[in-house]
Amino acid sequence: MNRELYASLVFELSAPGRKGYFLPDSGIPADGALDGIPSGLLREKDPQLPECDELTVVRHYNNMSTNNFGVDTGFYPLGSCTMKYNPKINEEIASHPAFSGLHPYTPACASQGALEAYWHLQKALCEIGGMAEFTLNPFAGAHGELTGLMVIRRYHESRGDTGRRKVIVPDSAHGTNPASAAVAGLEIVEVKSRPDGTVDVDDLRPLLDESVAAVMMTNPNTLGIFEKNIPEIARLVHEAGALMYYDGANLNPMLGVARPGDMGFDVMHINLHKTFSTPHGGGGPGSGPVGVRKGLEQFLPSPRVVSRQVNRDDIPVGEHERYALEYGPESLGSVSATLGNFAVQLRALSYILTLGAEGLMEAGPLATLNANYVKEKLKADYLLPIEGVCKHEFVFDGLRDKSTGVTTLNVAKRLLDHGYHAPTIYFPLLFHESLMIEPTETESRETLDKFVEVMRSIAREARETPEVVINAPLNPPVTHPDDTEAALHPILTYDELLNGKV
Amino acid sequence: MLGQCGLNELKELYSDVPGELMLKEPYDLPKQMSEPQVRRFFNELGSRNRPGLVCFAGAGFYEHYSPAAALNLVQRSEFLTAYTPYQPEISQGTLQYIFEYQSMMARLTGMEISNASMYDGATATAEAMLMAVAAGRKKRRVLVSETINPAYRRVVDTYAHYHGIEVTPVAAVDGVTSRQDLEEKLAAHADVAAVIVPVPNYFGIIEDHSGLAGLVHSRKALLVMTCVASDLASLRTPGEWGADIACGDAQSLGIPLSFGGPYLGFLCATKALMRKMPGRVVGATTDSEGRRCFVLTLQAREQHIRREKATSNICSNQGLMTLYVSIYMSLMGAAGLQEINERSHAGAVYLLEQLTADGRARLRYPGKPFLNEFLLETDYKVDTLIHSCVKKAGILPGVKVSDHEILIAVTEMQTREDMDRLAAVARECM
Amino acid sequence: MVYYSKTHEYIRMENETEGFVGISAFAAKQLGNVVYVDLPEEGDEFSQAEDFGAIESVKAASDLYAPVDMEVTEVNEALADNPRLINDDPMANYLMKVTVTDSSQLEELMDEAAYADFCAASH
Repeated sequence: MNRELYASLVFELSAPGRKGYFLPDSGIPADGALDGIPSGLLREKDPQLPECDELTVVRHYNNMSTNNFGVDTGFYPLGSCTMKYNPKINEEIASHPAFSGLHPYTPACASQGALEAYWHLQKALCEIGGMAEFTLNPFAGAHGELTGLMVIRRYHESRGDTGRRKVIVPDSAHGTNPASAAVAGLEIVEVKSRPDGTVDVDDLRPLLDESVAAVMMTNPNTLGIFEKNIPEIARLVHEAGALMYYDGANLNPMLGVARPGDMGFDVMHINLHKTFSTPHGGGGPGSGPVGVRKGLEQFLPSPRVVSRQVNRDDIPVGEHERYALEYGPESLGSVSATLGNFAVQLRALSYILTLGAEGLMEAGPLATLNANYVKEKLKADYLLPIEGVCKHEFVFDGLRDKSTGVTTLNVAKRLLDHGYHAPTIYFPLLFHESLMIEPTETESRETLDKFVEVMRSIAREARETPEVVINAPLNPPVTHPDDTEAALHPILTYDELLNGKV
Repeated sequence: MLGQCGLNELKELYSDVPGELMLKEPYDLPKQMSEPQVRRFFNELGSRNRPGLVCFAGAGFYEHYSPAAALNLVQRSEFLTAYTPYQPEISQGTLQYIFEYQSMMARLTGMEISNASMYDGATATAEAMLMAVAAGRKKRRVLVSETINPAYRRVVDTYAHYHGIEVTPVAAVDGVTSRQDLEEKLAAHADVAAVIVPVPNYFGIIEDHSGLAGLVHSRKALLVMTCVASDLASLRTPGEWGADIACGDAQSLGIPLSFGGPYLGFLCATKALMRKMPGRVVGATTDSEGRRCFVLTLQAREQHIRREKATSNICSNQGLMTLYVSIYMSLMGAAGLQEINERSHAGAVYLLEQLTADGRARLRYPGKPFLNEFLLETDYKVDTLIHSCVKKAGILPGVKVSDHEILIAVTEMQTREDMDRLAAVARECM
Repeated sequence: MVYYSKTHEYIRMENETEGFVGISAFAAKQLGNVVYVDLPEEGDEFSQAEDFGAIESVKAASDLYAPVDMEVTEVNEALADNPRLINDDPMANYLMKVTVTDSSQLEELMDEAAYADFCAASH
């Protein structure tokens, strides 16, 4: 795009008196309507929002979008984020007028279809997760973790076992795990990983006592390796009276293969914006449903959507509603004012129906195949610290040739020049030069082959003309933003910008 | 592709998974559907709602005009299908609209700074509580007005219970926060980290918070205001009341109701509290060629770096909805939001007159100023009113508060004729 | 005399009971450009190993732990405006001045040479 013409902030496009709206006439005069409200309750200072016509706004945001990179723009091999394609039908369903206009406190008699959609999705997730019931109320993965940990605390509380305040997480866990535990009033204890990133059972065993509320794990783990000892770990944890929590961040390769419930997990969350293909939206909105095994359903957050009738023919139409909301006495409380990000839930249900049982059975194995294919083709040029079959993702420890001075960051930035999003870098922390790649099942072999070719060409450049890689990216809309200055003297609003120097 | 991996069969990719854990049967789920089947499925589900009801329900979430340009632009796939903008070189679009959003929210709330969104109004209020407690070091009590939205209160109570915070309610007298009770509780407890009050309150009343900030600050506590965003274009702002944190839901800025979400929690604060603010924040800086650009900043506060020491665990937020409300506010401007508030207020006053004309219903808290929502006390049963309105008039008349109390909201979306119809059904209620 | 903790704080004693607390040159180098230091207030008391604040660079953060039982008597205000002073000279640009309440705890800490060995081993 043309930065000279279009690099303005919307405030800089504002002109006094412009407007981009035309309100309907309600038939009730409204001029000076607020004069009846005591002036001390009204704001003094005008909010100074931008004043723009519609075309100005449309051009502004359209041009801004061209400075962005999405899954629809190009290949997005971002490890641990599952950037799969988001089918368009899901967007159409999410904005269906029969749902988009529905108030969250519409009585059950007028929202049966919406409650049924919620019910269908939670049932499908139960089947996929091997759980007894799901709540779809949590808004995101981290919110799901928090909710799941509250379920676990409520469970221990209900048994009068209030001394369990520790959560054990592997040292390779995502930062959200310890943060969620802290918000839920729990303490974190780290268990060591073995060199392949799997949990060290011998290190875990002595940690398990009556102070432990839960063990939180992902499986496969952050390095894309399946935790083979999971049945034994689950047995040890349950013997100690604690529960097993499954962080669903890495569920995708397990689709069609194995279920967390069968692995011995008691509570889990799923990121609908990863495994079930709802768009990431530049950081949200997501959705983080939480599932529990049988016996824990009553602790789920309120409201729960319940189905009040087994045989639907029994009840005369219009007499009773089949689906209703319940605020149970044993519930952990509420984590949201509504049933969560409902339009995101609709997208996920649409995705599940579109793939169907047969499509979902293939999703995990194909994601895993794509990851292994890329790994095998690149391991001659990039250092693969853990040999063997990976799952949906794998981690390189930078370039194989360490003499070039080219870092993982340089490789990532060079990929931008070729029209690819960078992989996840410097995570997990187990390696110094982590480069984490997750291709997902929605990419074709041709796409993967081209990516491999580019990755190899970067490795070649690193040997022959390292300065090219080190100076990458060459032609992005911005080069090397000064994030130190941004953190030293934060400028967080337009008003601060006007008063500052940038 | 399998050959490249040295394998013969797909299932060898899972040779490390113990056999007893492997799925034996395909999922018990419906068969694959084509797009027309999926459409039909959702059309049928949708027909089991009662779509198209004229909506007088509020209680924190309001039907407002959703501009076509806003609905359309958030569907730009460069915005929609992008990840969190950790790579500033290819995320300037996302980063810039978040910066614009932060700027607009700060001006709307009268606060100095804003973060890049929370989930919804309820969790934003709960996170404001966590933030105040983190800033208050060892103080672990919050005073919460009984007049805040009860759906928010449930979430605040839940977070407080598990996080180990004591919630002490401040009584509501005549529909507003009792200053006397607040003063007594502030005097009785030395460990108050924050006082949480609403703008406007759950009953639609615009409370007078004069002198409140001075009182709260004299006890070294923080003042948190939980607000309905669009109302702040007209009402005295948290900034003008002297609040330290403003939070709430920005759904009222034209976001479709969608049966509960996605909405948009917001959290704004004074600059002094910047380092305790939860969630992502975008800052302006320059690149190596001196060009203005934007980056995620203050990241060291966040969960991916601070882990268990972070104020919050929030990671994914409601990012795309900040784009939606930025577009909305750019189209409407302050004048548009104020015009909406005037129309909503005029409509609410008119509807209240119609509903109380026959003497069988009355304002629950008479004499208290309201903007666009009021609590009606009825001689007839609220359930009867709701069911008659839904079935006979295609109207959702409000949100039931008790058997004889209903919360009714008016926006620019309902006409005089809709209100007359609602009043006509009410007159027939026994 | 300067003493170091395993969590990379130093305490430089001015006399028997008063000293300056800061972070070691090794820690400052590991962290990179410091952008913010969260420090306690004058009069705050901490027991040994209790966290008293945090130090942040752009992409990292580290908690600060009390090397010994102590009471804060002065906070280095210059760091609020210019936290990068720590990178320039972490010994001169201390975090705060403290009164040590149990000087016997100093003996549990490392001296210059022991700390150098400790860093070499952990790197």
